[in-house]
Amino acid sequence: MTGTTSRAPRPAADSALVLPRYLRDPEEQRTPLAYPGYKSTGLRAPLRTPVDLPHRLTEVTGPVLGEDRVLPTDADLTLRMGGEAQGQRIIVFGRVLDSDGRPVPDALVEVWQANAGGRYRHVVDNWPAPLDPHFDGLGRVITDSLGRYEFTTIKPGAYPWGNHHNAWRPAHIHFSLFGQAFTQRLVTQMYFPGDPLFEQDPIYNAIPPSARYRAISRFDLDRTQDNWALAYQWDIVLRGKDQTPFETDDDGDVA
Amino acid sequence: MSSPHISPLVQAANEENDRVPGIPRRGSGFLDGPLRLATTPSATVGPYLAIGLTWPDGPYAAAEGTEGAIWLRGRVFDGRGDLVPDAMIETWQADPDGRFAHPDDPRGGQTVPGFRGFARSDTVDGGQYAVHTLKPGPVPDGEGGLQAPHVDVSVFARGLLDRVVTRIYFADEAEANAADPVLASLPDDESRGTLVAQRSEDGYVLDIHLQDCTDKGMVETVFFAV
Repeated sequence: MTGTTSRAPRPAADSALVLPRYLRDPEEQRTPLAYPGYKSTGLRAPLRTPVDLPHRLTEVTGPVLGEDRVLPTDADLTLRMGGEAQGQRIIVFGRVLDSDGRPVPDALVEVWQANAGGRYRHVVDNWPAPLDPHFDGLGRVITDSLGRYEFTTIKPGAYPWGNHHNAWRPAHIHFSLFGQAFTQRLVTQMYFPGDPLFEQDPIYNAIPPSARYRAISRFDLDRTQDNWALAYQWDIVLRGKDQTPFETDDDGDVA
Repeated sequence: MSSPHISPLVQAANEENDRVPGIPRRGSGFLDGPLRLATTPSATVGPYLAIGLTWPDGPYAAAEGTEGAIWLRGRVFDGRGDLVPDAMIETWQADPDGRFAHPDDPRGGQTVPGFRGFARSDTVDGGQYAVHTLKPGPVPDGEGGLQAPHVDVSVFARGLLDRVVTRIYFADEAEANAADPVLASLPDDESRGTLVAQRSEDGYVLDIHLQDCTDKGMVETVFFAV
């Protein structure tokens, strides 16, 4: 970066502003904002119908966050503060794709989670499960050219919360992804297969039934590491572009 | 049953429950249209988002000391009129020339050194957010007109199962705001007013109301489906 990046050779003619459009899944496939079983949505989910926002430049662009956000050690959550975290070591890996099946490279993936006992390192979380001095629950990676990511971590424990009598969150890892456009921003949670706590969990059940399995990772025996770690695969799909209308160069090539 | 070489999502896309209506699919022997994967469902950030989503430079869309930088500040309120202490906002915007530092800006994005157009600020300090940035310039609307200077905003919080999206416009851009196609698409001045930040000592302020709170006269912010 010299700070003297030259401007584009073309003038900013509006005819050049043919923009990709990011497709939305149908409403019945998406998590609704209001879900009565999850009490906190009551005073926080907006009541009015959202206004459709056409996709303009602000929406089809998005933050480009590079390697400078990530340290090599951020991919391994089990080695922090001079020691090893307690619990079942796991590898969580997968690909970030768009809905056309294309990989999303260079995407920042941020994760955060509870420790093996189901407790977060956060001042507000003070239920009587032990804190692990060697687990802070934070990880970050950038996807490679094929959209792949991988973390080594500890299987998080279930934990109680005050939503209803004997409410317990199924084990989960929080994920945050940027993709390449404002429209692709996603915050979600990854679950583990066969969790007996799904049935009573309103955050899981707020997901439409036909979409729930997409939030559950897959145990992968082939990717376990002998004498070391179990492995779970979870692919993440961000919104894809409509039949992308690329702009045309002067020579007629598609830019 | 499942091959380790094929992504489970691609396999699952053949299942009945993963179809996006109107999109043809494999199964008949012919692929008569695009195979579209359904997106991963969103979920709340929960109350402990500060563990994973806090950066030391998070609030700085413009680096400290950038000439002409302003602070965008505001509070986030719930439907009872209480401050939301565990929310996070993220902002994305053009630079003062109306350009984005992104390959999909076909004019060739150029930004001021030290300006990245993106910021995130959580509201742990009593429900207030603060973003250090530059005021954006007008942005072409793709139809020969201009959009008024604006900032796209995402709000995340416990109790929000997906982010909600809004925009910040600027009160001292009355003329540009009057011609802005997005503001013009809103039903009334009260709605438009929920998006317009007012001048303050060090920049602009705009509160965000996740819900109407009629007994305190607070009007729900306009949120957008993107």
